[in-house]
Amino acid sequence: MKPFAYLRPGSVAEAVRVSAERPESHFLGGGTNLVDLMKLGVESPGLLIDVSRLPLDLVTPTDDGGLRIGATVRNSDLAAHPVVRERYPALSQALLAGASGQLRNAATTGGNLLQRTRCPYFQDTSKPCNKRAPGTGCPAREGAHRDLAVLGHSPDCVATQPSDMAVALAALDATVHLHGPEGERAVSATEFHRLPGDNPDQDTVIRPGELITEVVLPPPAEGAFSLYRKARDRASYAFALASVAAVLTVRDGRVAHAALAFGGLAHRPWRARAAEDVLRGAPATEETFARAADAELAAAEPLRDNGFKVALARNLAVGALAELTARADRSG
Amino acid sequence: MDTIAWRDVTDAGEPPPSDDRSTFTLHINGSDRKLTLDHRTTLLDALREHLGLTGAKKGCDHGQCGACTVLVDGRRVNSCLLLAVAQEGAHITTIEGLADGDRLHPLQEAFLERDALQCGYCTPGQICSALGMLDEAADGSPSYVTEPGTAAAGGPVPLDAEEIRERMSGNLCRCGAYPRIVEAIEDVAP
Ligand SMILES: Cc1cc2nc3c(=O)[nH]c(=O)nc-3n(C[C@H](O)[C@H](O)[C@H](O)COP(=O)(O)OP(=O)(O)OC[C@H]3O[C@@H](n4cnc5c(N)ncnc54)[C@H](O)[C@@H]3O)c2cc1C
Ligand code: SF4
Ligand code: FES
Ligand code: FES
Repeated sequence: MKPFAYLRPGSVAEAVRVSAERPESHFLGGGTNLVDLMKLGVESPGLLIDVSRLPLDLVTPTDDGGLRIGATVRNSDLAAHPVVRERYPALSQALLAGASGQLRNAATTGGNLLQRTRCPYFQDTSKPCNKRAPGTGCPAREGAHRDLAVLGHSPDCVATQPSDMAVALAALDATVHLHGPEGERAVSATEFHRLPGDNPDQDTVIRPGELITEVVLPPPAEGAFSLYRKARDRASYAFALASVAAVLTVRDGRVAHAALAFGGLAHRPWRARAAEDVLRGAPATEETFARAADAELAAAEPLRDNGFKVALARNLAVGALAELTARADRSG
Repeated sequence: MDTIAWRDVTDAGEPPPSDDRSTFTLHINGSDRKLTLDHRTTLLDALREHLGLTGAKKGCDHGQCGACTVLVDGRRVNSCLLLAVAQEGAHITTIEGLADGDRLHPLQEAFLERDALQCGYCTPGQICSALGMLDEAADGSPSYVTEPGTAAAGGPVPLDAEEIRERMSGNLCRCGAYPRIVEAIEDVAP
């Protein structure tokens, strides 16, 4: 690891100012991803701006009945928050499906959103990788890509976005709030991560020096139930092979509202708009759910070794929607 | 185990603070330790290499095994992924700090009683993790396997074997002592 300076700013304004003055700097949240990548030599900041103690550690209601989540709220605290558990269960479950108890105690909302891909070549500085070293190539396309993308990948990168939380935020129509040298802006969680295209070094639309200050959830859709399901190689403490966050309102046996996002399939949380179009207004049956999942996954372009993900994602989505329908039935 | 060798880096002829190093205090197992450390030093290396507290173990050094688990301000964390300097002012509890004089902590007793180890390399991490985990459940924090709606009002979450396994999944045991680790924790869980 290269030596670096360390600074703990007293305010958001100071953090943003220093970051603009020192382009070699990185923000430090819990450090559970950044410190790991520094040990591997993938990241080598000259200055760490520790934002973990900034006063962004609150979860508060918004005026319109939504929820404001500070960027330094720890993943474990967010998952356990009574309002999140009751009104946004998909978010609580997604957080609890990620990492381990120890890691969730350290990890922050902002850091979780910006954690980098687990593609093995990205993490190995002895290998080429367009994301880590633009223009060097993508060995994963022909190499070890069983865990990588089936949707929206490009010739230059087939990596997946690893955060479970980000998938739930996409299905819940959250917005990510940023504070940068040019001021403040908000980006929808579905647009925050991007597809790789020919510049996979950019995971998200965040601009240099921008700090995530908060994530805002709109009020939950009326009468909706939500959940998060994750398939992985072991029962716990593993990244998603495929996952789904689903939000569903059923009225008189028909789908009144549906939001669906897949994880583990693409370079961004994959908001399933084609599936939602099929669901809206249709009878809430497994037949509809399968048709909806198929409509979305028709766009899949699996690589040599990851075709299994398409069926896995389909089954997860159908199971999740059926479970939510059963819950709606039980609640009358 | 009654004398723990404290080594203070500032006395060890190390360079003074600079851009790349800082002087700061950590409260460790009830005593204050002033340290001057290179910013690259993780909390785990600070404990093991600079303070002689070798209870927390280095397994993977990447957050993947839990052998380095300690408590920071009462919460279990992987000390291998935390920078020591970022913990300035924090209260840190390591396995060395659990016993009350000669009296072992009930979790330590339970691990002995149940023979919940073979080589013992993962044990300090397992016990510190279990300690943090019991508090989390007592505070009403759910896990991935907690039925939605359980203890929603903030009451404690009951811990059966399935809950314990899920909540302890961040601690690997290469010897596969898992069944007895779960039993030992069940003995102590309310
Ligand atoms: C063994 C292991 C297993 C894991 N399994 C999972 C899993 O199954 N699912 C999952 O979702 N995650 C998993 N994770 C990843 C974990 O969730 C992330 O490491 C964590 O969420 C990152 O948060 P952090 O606060 O520690 O980020 P940091 O490491 O501090 O930062 C990550 C990035 O975000 C930037 N950053 C931090 N805060 C801000 C901010 N406020 N504004 C702008 N930039 C910021 C940093 O500069 C850095 O680039 C796992 C990690 C490990 C080590
Ligand atoms: S998939 Fe992306 S991250 Fe992985 S090697 Fe290719 S370019 Fe790098
Ligand atoms: S040594 Fe820290 S988790 Fe393995
Ligand atoms: S007892 Fe040997 S690793 Fe757990």
